[in-house]
Amino acid sequence: MIFKKFSIENKKARDLIPQAITVLALLSIIIYFATNAQINMGNRGISFGFGFLNQEASFDITFSMIEYDGSHSYGRAFLVGLLNTILVSVIGIFFATIIGVVVGISRLSDNYLIAKVAEWYVEIFRNIPLILQIFFWYFAALRALPLPENGISFNDISFLTIKGWYVPKFIWTNFNIFLLSVIAAFIAIYFINSYATKQREQFGKQLPATSISLATLILIPLITFFFLGVSLTFEYPVLKQLSSTVYTYEGGVSIIPELIALALALSMYTATFIAENVRAGILGVGKGQKEAAASIGLNKNQILKLVVMPQALRIIIPPTTNQYLNLTKNSSLAAAIAYPDIVLVFAGTALMQTGRAIEIISITMLTYLTLSISISMFMNWYNKKMAIKEK
Amino acid sequence: MNLIVKPSKDTIKTYVPIGLSLVSLSILDVFVNAFFNLNLMAFMPSQLSYFLPLILGFIGFYLIRIEFSGVRSLDILNKNINSNNFNALLTLFTIFIIIKSIPPMLDWFILEANFTGNSKDDCTGDGACWVFIKVWFNRFMYGLYPDAEQWRINTAFLILFLIVGVTFFVSEKLKKYFILFLVFVFPFLGIKLISGGSFGLEYVESAAWGGLSLTFIISAFAILFCFPIGVILALGRRSSLPAIKYISIGFIELWRGVPLITVLFMSAVMFPMFLPDGTFIDKLIRVLIAITLFEAAYMAEVVRGGLQALPKGQYEAAKSLGMGYWRMNALIILPQALKLVIPGIANTLLALVKDTPLIFVVGLMELAGMIGLAKTNPKWLGMAMEGYVFAGLVFWVICYAMSRYSQNLEKKLSTER
Repeated sequence: MIFKKFSIENKKARDLIPQAITVLALLSIIIYFATNAQINMGNRGISFGFGFLNQEASFDITFSMIEYDGSHSYGRAFLVGLLNTILVSVIGIFFATIIGVVVGISRLSDNYLIAKVAEWYVEIFRNIPLILQIFFWYFAALRALPLPENGISFNDISFLTIKGWYVPKFIWTNFNIFLLSVIAAFIAIYFINSYATKQREQFGKQLPATSISLATLILIPLITFFFLGVSLTFEYPVLKQLSSTVYTYEGGVSIIPELIALALALSMYTATFIAENVRAGILGVGKGQKEAAASIGLNKNQILKLVVMPQALRIIIPPTTNQYLNLTKNSSLAAAIAYPDIVLVFAGTALMQTGRAIEIISITMLTYLTLSISISMFMNWYNKKMAIKEK
Repeated sequence: MNLIVKPSKDTIKTYVPIGLSLVSLSILDVFVNAFFNLNLMAFMPSQLSYFLPLILGFIGFYLIRIEFSGVRSLDILNKNINSNNFNALLTLFTIFIIIKSIPPMLDWFILEANFTGNSKDDCTGDGACWVFIKVWFNRFMYGLYPDAEQWRINTAFLILFLIVGVTFFVSEKLKKYFILFLVFVFPFLGIKLISGGSFGLEYVESAAWGGLSLTFIISAFAILFCFPIGVILALGRRSSLPAIKYISIGFIELWRGVPLITVLFMSAVMFPMFLPDGTFIDKLIRVLIAITLFEAAYMAEVVRGGLQALPKGQYEAAKSLGMGYWRMNALIILPQALKLVIPGIANTLLALVKDTPLIFVVGLMELAGMIGLAKTNPKWLGMAMEGYVFAGLVFWVICYAMSRYSQNLEKKLSTER
């Protein structure tokens, strides 16, 4: 019967109708937008394409980790922005993790004062919009620093001024050998640890794996300094007079205030969320686990290291991954204080100059998507490694 | 650690008074130093006088650390801030840092600050220039909205608060209608009142809106729209129909993978390219759509967490009663799932409120944007600190109140006994 075939009683047809409607609606929206975009671009005389990436950018970027000036291409400018984004994210993640773990553990301290201070740190910094914190550090706090001629000096090695933080520059000879030695040290540590695990599991022997690893990490690179011709000298920043009133520092590396403000705000803000994750993770380990560990004679440090932390990490890692992702995405607020990240350089200046809104915004969004997906894939892998292996 | 003396319960009468006086002396020294700039220990060598409070306090805390002393208050003190040497040091450091930081803060906020006057020249003290906030207060609240028309914003918010207040007290039966009015009718009445253009009200274009009231308007509308969209997306992601499922996943992951600032950029420069030539959509509406879709994706993930946490039996029980998909979700699944994720929902809404300042990207100025405008005014240069501290306080109060409210709601709705 033909009615039966299309009637609402038929499960297949019933499932098909809403799906077909959704797909058709989505397709028609996409087609509508695409035709409009084509007409609009036709009117303005531009055609869709990524050829502009090879054109000369002819604008300068204040802070770059690779060689760049106006004569380089838009593609190169994109790379500069991307590297700056990654730089500030890595710095932010590093400090946010340290502050977050310290604050999270402090919140569980049996010292009432410490616990309260940590709690208020979280309450204060979590409830103020990140952008305001960035503005505060950049426009208010860092602007209160002295001019270069009276910069705050740390032993005459590094200077903190309103124009940024001048630190010594590392000058390496034979840096490659040093780098290889560090990699070699890490490989050695991997084998030491797996050997120690084997010894422990098979013979019940406890090897001081941590101290041996630490010694390896210090000793192997140190050897290169004495025998393989690696050397490290520093180039210190020196105050120099440009004109009667204008001073600046020469030599060394200048860390621009935009980077400092952004890294400070990002790490202090994200640290509050990480602290809450750490706290929840440690609280999530059952009391029985600690008591059982104590009853087989482990001491307080062993309990924390061998029983509590491995279990707490499983609870802590997934939400903390999310916070790392958030930090990376939040680093785009850099545009507000003119730190040359990918949004400011590419979606700002380059877009302004070329007018290629669709291409540039898509590239920027795709870049962030790729960054997000790669961080979450790495963290999923780590998470799987840490997960309980059920026998 | 065994020092020369080992305080115990027998020697409590000698050591506790000595210990307490040492601790008080060390705190007093830091206090006097911080507040009156006097150094009680000036007669000591300079290095020693610097560390003396710490050493005295440490010895004092050591002396009063007596387990099971039999004195209740002493036991509580020891347990909470003085359980071992490390804790005693931490306690001392914390107390000293707090005492040391009070006077400069007090000076800047109140004692050295200026409150009266109406120009930058009236700020003569070293502290904050609150005159700046006072003069610009109107702008910080209403943006560039014309002064004569500001009563309209006030009225709209006043009516909102009145209805919300009344809703708490009317009977259950009437409450439903009040909530329906608040959600479906009032937002559009309110926006009409503020934008004007009819009923004899002067039209105020949205570019002039700004300040804290804009923060509220954007947050309110985004919350209103992102919640249902988020719930639908969450249901879509859990759907058994592949097309709907994958479209939902794609939509959610796309928004969650990019920062809001690029979404706003998109709404500002890329979106107009997708519309027929000559169509113009108001900036505020474009921003609202962008924020709503962005936050809806986050909301969807939160709601999905709740849906996944529900035991399968709930679905099966609902189906066995003969309920269809929508009835099952509306009556059985969602009420339970949403209750489970109240903290997550509250966090998403908080994130939304905290994200509103980002609309500076498209040139709209809420509170933070207005402060950026005011501090670059040639007559008021150098007022960034006051401005951002003020904005920070305002946002902090709003966000803290929201998080507290959600914690209370969570407790109230919790059915676990």
